[in-house]
Amino acid sequence: MIFEKLWAWFSAPGAWTAPGGIWQRLAEHLAYSGLVLALASLLALPLGIWLGHRGRGEGPILALTGALRALPTLGLLTLLTLWLGLGLTAPVLALLALALAPLLSSAYAGVAHLDPALKQAALAQGMTGRQLLFQVELPLALPLIMGGLRNATLQVVATVPLLAYINLGGLGRYLIDGLALRDYTRMVAAVLLLALLALALDALLALAQRALTSPGIR
Amino acid sequence: MSWIAANLPLLGQLTLLHLAQAILPLILGFLLALPLARLALGRRQGQGRKSRGLALRRGLIVNGVGLLYVIPSLALFVLMPLILGTSITSPLNVYAALTLYVLAMMVRSCLDAFQSLPDQILQAAQALGYTRLRAFWQVELPLSLPLLIAGLRVALVANISMVSVGAVIGLQSLGTLFTDGLRRNIPAEIMAGLGLILLLALTLDSLLALLGKKVTPWRVA
Repeated sequence: MIFEKLWAWFSAPGAWTAPGGIWQRLAEHLAYSGLVLALASLLALPLGIWLGHRGRGEGPILALTGALRALPTLGLLTLLTLWLGLGLTAPVLALLALALAPLLSSAYAGVAHLDPALKQAALAQGMTGRQLLFQVELPLALPLIMGGLRNATLQVVATVPLLAYINLGGLGRYLIDGLALRDYTRMVAAVLLLALLALALDALLALAQRALTSPGIR
Repeated sequence: MSWIAANLPLLGQLTLLHLAQAILPLILGFLLALPLARLALGRRQGQGRKSRGLALRRGLIVNGVGLLYVIPSLALFVLMPLILGTSITSPLNVYAALTLYVLAMMVRSCLDAFQSLPDQILQAAQALGYTRLRAFWQVELPLSLPLLIAGLRVALVANISMVSVGAVIGLQSLGTLFTDGLRRNIPAEIMAGLGLILLLALTLDSLLALLGKKVTPWRVA
């Protein structure tokens, strides 16, 4: 039975701690994902928030995020790998394209699509543009921005397994190696680990969102 | 670019395979998502007693299919043979897996589309003597079409890009150009694949948008 085989796989000596074991693959997976999400947030959030604050650039943002969503990550990954060689640069750039779209569009929409009456009220009270941005727009846009971050996280964590195809680590190793060896136990174990990781990260971000959201709109 | 000129028949063949794998699951997933989403909505106000256990039912449907999202596409592709009993290289795996993804995306957006209709419209239909079934086909569904099609367009573009992942487990599609181009070190082959996938996404998305305008002639602009 598959459950017994899974149990045996997970409880084999060294399954977790050996080099190439579950802890190492998990750490690699988190490192790739974290690096990409951090870079994408640094690029997309300030840009999206600033454009939303100024209320301009909606057309180009929609066109850019639409194009990014249509680009298959596997294609970018293989092309960049041919150009830049094996290593981290190619996969990080390929995944960046994936993470930018949800972050950029949620940051822009969160700020730009607030009720205009709110902005008028804040300006009428004598707030400066900077105060409007940091004290009104950002706190109100935060739930939507966090939604974009959760979306980007799910997508990146679910796509990092492709990196195993270009001989990098992460939990995708178990899928690619399991596939090559027709080792179903290993593949199912990888699916379980990937699903649990995605659920855990999403729950963590949901908690962060709750903690960060201003009590007034919780 | 000479690679592209020399391999036009291959490109055409892979494009057709890609199209089939993108479109069939889209239609199947949508047809499955519609009744599920309507079931999750339950009875509207004025359509008799509120269904019992509605919150539970809606939670089960929405969160149940939402769970599919946390499974990476590559993982779902390799998992399918275990569930369906197919061989690992069977194209059925991709069709089934992508149908599930479309289902996951569309249940949410179908539910949003149905919920966007005010109850008064359905009450007016009821007052005119429409049965619930007739009200669904002739009032609820047509009026939800703009949002349903918007949801379908998102699923379509995502699906076209996701089909290519099947190449990693050896299933033929435009994604094959990526894996083959990497193995044989031919950047032009990968670029051809990227270009064709973007072109497919753009064309089909515009066609779907056009279809949406055609089937909702009452909408201005």
